[in-house]
Amino acid sequence: MKRTGLFIPLGVFLLIIVIGYAGFSLTDPHQLPSALLGKAFPEFTVPLLGDSDTHVDRSALLGKPVLVNVWATWCPTCKAEHDELMRIKALSELRIVGVNYKDDERLALKWLADYGDPYDFTMQDLDGSLGVELGVYGAPESFLLNAEGTVIYKRVGEINRRIWEQEIAPRFAVLVASEPVQPGG
Amino acid sequence: MILVGTATWAAAPVDTYSFRDAQEESRYRALIDEFRCPKCLNTNLSGSDAPIAMDLRRKVYRLLTDDHLSDDEIRTYLQERYGDFVLYDPPFKPATWALWLAPVGFVFISGFVLLRVLRQSPAEPLSESETERLRVILDDN
Repeated sequence: MKRTGLFIPLGVFLLIIVIGYAGFSLTDPHQLPSALLGKAFPEFTVPLLGDSDTHVDRSALLGKPVLVNVWATWCPTCKAEHDELMRIKALSELRIVGVNYKDDERLALKWLADYGDPYDFTMQDLDGSLGVELGVYGAPESFLLNAEGTVIYKRVGEINRRIWEQEIAPRFAVLVASEPVQPGG
Repeated sequence: MILVGTATWAAAPVDTYSFRDAQEESRYRALIDEFRCPKCLNTNLSGSDAPIAMDLRRKVYRLLTDDHLSDDEIRTYLQERYGDFVLYDPPFKPATWALWLAPVGFVFISGFVLLRVLRQSPAEPLSESETERLRVILDDN
């Protein structure tokens, strides 16, 4: 009598286990792939934090690689991340630009005064509309842009030393190496 | 009545939007029911009170009423920013082949198993001595 057929259900069962395991362990469902990767950073016009009369747009991000960091004072992880951003500011040439996301301007300015300001400038996104354009769904989130304003890399969650050393610094080095030499620079 | 009222209340977080007509409102309702909240994984925009869901509902409302986009244009708008994730209906592409084809695979496997089971020759009838042994065993208990 043939018994091999008896093993079919077991095989199917194992297949389901393997696919399920891969599906649940290989990707973190909370890390959505960014739809912006490889695309141009969207157009926007927003006021500066602490200077609502001055507006900046996309052109302010061009010319050099830049790390756009979405943060808020209501976000505990942003506090943990802030020290690392200060460290990066001190050791690297990479420009960092802040997006203060759905925050209270007074609290945000106090935060920068108390903990230091790693940002070249900070853009104010009071109602989260710039966030929607960027596909932001929480803070902190960060985008690495090349000099032409194309999104090279996106990080959802905090930037810590490991993320900086393994994910961002190498990409920044590539961007710098491929950049045409600036006259006088 | 009470049940109906409670259900409506539970499913609709407090947005107070006004619409030109009933058709526009029903399009809005259908769209926010369709899109998935990026933060909450298993809730749609209409069912979530997460701040991001609120922002996206407002965006959908504005795209619909101010910018007069069609339903498909609104889908594209959200997909371009939040990816396939916000559409509960994942597009057919290499990364989702397994997802779409697995059910077909399972149908084939079960069909194969079913065929094998049906084709199995029925068991041979017991011989007389076997019947006798069986009777003795059953009687013993």
